Amino acid sequence: MVFVGLPQGDPGVLLVQVEAVRPKENRFMSKRENASRDLEARSNLGGEMGRSEAPSELLRELVAHLRQNRTLLREEWVVRITETRLLTAMTKEEIFAEATSVYDSYVEALETEAFEALQAYARNLSERIIPRGVETHEVVGIVLLLRDVLARSLFAKYQTDVKKLNRILDAYEPAANRIANTVAVGFVQERERVIRQQQEAIRELSTPVLQVRERLLILPIIGVIDPQRARQLTEQLLRGIRTNRAKVVVIDITGVAAMDVTVANHLVQTVEASRLLGATVIVTGLSPEIAQTLVTIGVDLGKMNTVGDLQGGIEQAERLLGYKVVTLAETR
Amino acid sequence: MEVPILKQGEVLIATFQAALSDADLEHLRRGLVQQVVKFRSRGVIVDVTAMDVMDSFASRTLREIAHMIRLRGAETVIVGIQPEVAFAMVQLGLTLEDVATALDLEEGLAYLIEKFKNID
Repeated sequence: MVFVGLPQGDPGVLLVQVEAVRPKENRFMSKRENASRDLEARSNLGGEMGRSEAPSELLRELVAHLRQNRTLLREEWVVRITETRLLTAMTKEEIFAEATSVYDSYVEALETEAFEALQAYARNLSERIIPRGVETHEVVGIVLLLRDVLARSLFAKYQTDVKKLNRILDAYEPAANRIANTVAVGFVQERERVIRQQQEAIRELSTPVLQVRERLLILPIIGVIDPQRARQLTEQLLRGIRTNRAKVVVIDITGVAAMDVTVANHLVQTVEASRLLGATVIVTGLSPEIAQTLVTIGVDLGKMNTVGDLQGGIEQAERLLGYKVVTLAETR
Repeated sequence: MEVPILKQGEVLIATFQAALSDADLEHLRRGLVQQVVKFRSRGVIVDVTAMDVMDSFASRTLREIAHMIRLRGAETVIVGIQPEVAFAMVQLGLTLEDVATALDLEEGLAYLIEKFKNID
């Protein structure tokens, strides 16, 4: 079966919730630990003056560094992306353009610590590149590459001052991790949204039950049938038989390349259930693969009325209903 | 609750009113099989429109009724099986093999009249 079911829980949403909860937790913890931290601070008083820079200050320094070396770092990043053969579905120019915007949003997110803009950008980016076949691992990959490129540049800059390097990394790592997380979650969420939307679309256009003559229904089935869709088809058909008072139903499965054993069984059950409502079912357009499946599950061919194509099916249905189609010339 | 059996020309009609007990079903079977010869009926219609559940016993009894009545020289049609009931029955493997079915009473009568015409 080709259909991929959505996981019940939405991991993306879960992650976001965790994200949203975290700051609260921190606040709570800091209240609890305030007392002990105060003590520590007092005992350290005068000991380590270098600690005076707040993380935000470090971040500002970091951002300034990234702004200064924007062109260089961005180019290095693009080279690394091409080297690792990520985003192969995109042209070099496109990669460079996206890299520029991602880089800028990245630095901005580092600076402001506001992730909404980045999140929106990630969603927008996903919307554009998902249809082109860009995979999740590629998106995560490029963000991690950027993280790596920037970290290396920090190493290079502060290699003489290991203490400062450590503090800078302390400020940089959590923010960078959050950014990577945000982008990945945004991408996955967008992907899931697209899948949901498509499933909905398939569901809506999947089951027309059409009346072509008094008491004759046609059910053309196109595309992949998964168990859920099969159930829906059956429901619609049985209801259609009742409301249209159908005596004959032609189920045309020309547009179905193959079906698995479960769905084939379901089809047979649908035929039998229709008979219980007093309607005869004619199945038309069975592909060789489906014929094989039906033979494998051992369908009682006495119960299944099958005709090669839709035209033949409709002709037989008309015979069953007592219609006879004649040309006007014949009636004269 | 017992099922009344109505005579309409050459046809006997039994309409289920609501869910029936096993004893009611057996009573119906006896009644139909007796009366089909007594009234020299040629057809029997069992209308199950009111049944929203069909267990294996009911389904088997319906099939037995149809087969017994054929042995007594008449035709049986089961009419009015609800779509949901039909699918549930099929999933349980209760497919009423060799028993004629029709959408509703009207269809069932039309089926029997057609059948009588072919025999005459």
